Amino acid sequence: MTSTMRERTTAVRVTPWVALAAVVLLAIGSLVVGAADVRLADLFTLSDDHGLLALSRAPRTAALILAGGALAVSGLVMQQLTRNRFVAPSTAGTVDAAAVGVLVSLLLFASAPVMAKVLISTAFALAGTAVFVLVIQRIHFKDIIFVPLIGLLLGGVYRAIAEFFAYRENLTQSLAIWMNGDFSGVIQGRYETLWLAGIAAVAAYGFAHQFSATALGRDFAAGIGVNVKRVTAIGLAIAAFTTAVVVVTVGAIPFLGLIVPNLVTMVVGDNLRRALPVTALAGAALTLACDLLARTLIFPYEVPVGSIVGVLGAVIFAALVLRKGNRYVTA
Amino acid sequence: MSLRDAAVSISARPADPPPTSFPRHVRVLTTLAALAMASAAVFLTWGVNGHWDYALPRRAEQVIALAVVGAAIAVSTVIFQTLTTNRILTPSIMGFDALYALFATTLVFVFGATTIDTLNPWVMFSATTVLLMVAATALYRWMIGDGSRGLYTLVLMGVIAGTLFTSIQNVMVRVMDPNEYDTLLNQLLPSFGALDTKVLTLAAWVMVAGTVVAYRAAPTLDVLALGRERAIGLGVNYRRCVTWLLVLVALLVAVATALVGPVTFLGLLVANLAYQVTRSNRHVITMSAAILLAVIALVLGQALLQHVLHFNATLGSIINLVGGVYFIVLILKESRS
Repeated sequence: MTSTMRERTTAVRVTPWVALAAVVLLAIGSLVVGAADVRLADLFTLSDDHGLLALSRAPRTAALILAGGALAVSGLVMQQLTRNRFVAPSTAGTVDAAAVGVLVSLLLFASAPVMAKVLISTAFALAGTAVFVLVIQRIHFKDIIFVPLIGLLLGGVYRAIAEFFAYRENLTQSLAIWMNGDFSGVIQGRYETLWLAGIAAVAAYGFAHQFSATALGRDFAAGIGVNVKRVTAIGLAIAAFTTAVVVVTVGAIPFLGLIVPNLVTMVVGDNLRRALPVTALAGAALTLACDLLARTLIFPYEVPVGSIVGVLGAVIFAALVLRKGNRYVTA
Repeated sequence: MSLRDAAVSISARPADPPPTSFPRHVRVLTTLAALAMASAAVFLTWGVNGHWDYALPRRAEQVIALAVVGAAIAVSTVIFQTLTTNRILTPSIMGFDALYALFATTLVFVFGATTIDTLNPWVMFSATTVLLMVAATALYRWMIGDGSRGLYTLVLMGVIAGTLFTSIQNVMVRVMDPNEYDTLLNQLLPSFGALDTKVLTLAAWVMVAGTVVAYRAAPTLDVLALGRERAIGLGVNYRRCVTWLLVLVALLVAVATALVGPVTFLGLLVANLAYQVTRSNRHVITMSAAILLAVIALVLGQALLQHVLHFNATLGSIINLVGGVYFIVLILKESRS
């Protein structure tokens, strides 16, 4: 065994634990940081004078972990199914279509319960992503850069539709909130839908082998007895549902589903059974870290976490695109 | 042999059908000019109801502003497409106007509301424009590089850069205090509905100067359109030309963005329509057609918006809807060829 291979296997073994430790530490940080003083000791003695921890800090921390982990997982699933590592909810029109869905649910059924909003938004997200998949299936030239480009532009068209109707109905401000994630409004009773996103992410783990097989090619997957169409539909449904839940509850977190799986698979490889849990942990850790930054930047006020992840995500995305090997001279 | 002769001799098409009376481009440009006049007349006179002395000066100001914006967007897009030798990239798709907004925000952020408020609006406009010219030229020179990055990589980088600039601006807007934000809104709020006429005179002069420079550079542009190697072979100082033309593009984008804010897909629409209706490779002709088309689209669009839709939408969102679909069709067509 060469030394680089040994280093790689060490990295594969250590990474999950590093990610887990990061999540735990950042979660403690998320419980402690805020306008009201909470000391570390309070966490262990469970002294919660004003119910602050139970009402606000703990729900917020849980919401960050669930949203970050689930979005990262849905990004990984979409990458495997489309066999393109630049495809994620924010580069396949899924997020924008989900926002159109929330808008429609508000316009048609103003007093609809949260679950109805989630379901309508999921339907739109799924339809929007299906259009994207149909479009890229019609392209003969499946370039790694070209596919996400189409997705981003398609998302732009969905957003223009959403903006057109939002303007007429005086909802442009709400639209801006759905498109830019912000956890400052998360309190007990207003985030619980996010557990559904967590469940969806766990369900994705159950299909990990089928997703991996599909990623190796349709013919190969069919050859070993995987129902490719069904698996693709299930994977996209999981991604669309997760995205819709997050958009409805806290707002979109741009590029999170794109950068986390890329960085994780660089270290631990493409085996989904191994990569999925690490991706979920890393997504949660990144979201927690960015939210801590968002909370401390203009303390005691806040910046939306979506903007922070947007800056970080755009820089990492650009670096990934410009990496050698993605260059080609034609077209 | 002058550059123009060289370009014409290389790019000459196989003989078009013999002209009936006038060459095609003369007919096309005359028709477009007449249409532009007509749409301006419609805009000026629709539903005035006798209050001419009140309506006319205000509407005339708006028409001028729309024309300045249209011309700036059209010329900058045509030049940018020639520099990158493709018909899909435009300055706004590459994030130029997002960068403009970012710089305006940065200036307010750094110098504070009181300083900016007491400044002449021209100073603010000039400062933002100069910053944009320097940064955009450096950034896009680097991005275009030696031409080894594929077209799609460039577009994707542009889209990502746009998101990045907007996100940074979002963070700054949240961090700044409300008074600074008010000042910033005055700088960035302009839209087609509420044109910022304070800087109109300056913007108009900058636009005219920029367009004159662009027309004088038209022969060089004709040669650059042949591609980097041929242009160098024909004696163009490629690096210098591209740098200066990028400066010009940034200047024109700054003019348009200062007046109405970002309009992502207008340039793409008018430039490609101009290539289609003129079927010409000469920049004097394509730029003129693109300017006229942009003026028609903006003036007629604004008139329809005011009188038919009763302001119940924004011109920007309509243009982005139509232009976005057109862009996807265009890029799919390109991928098949």
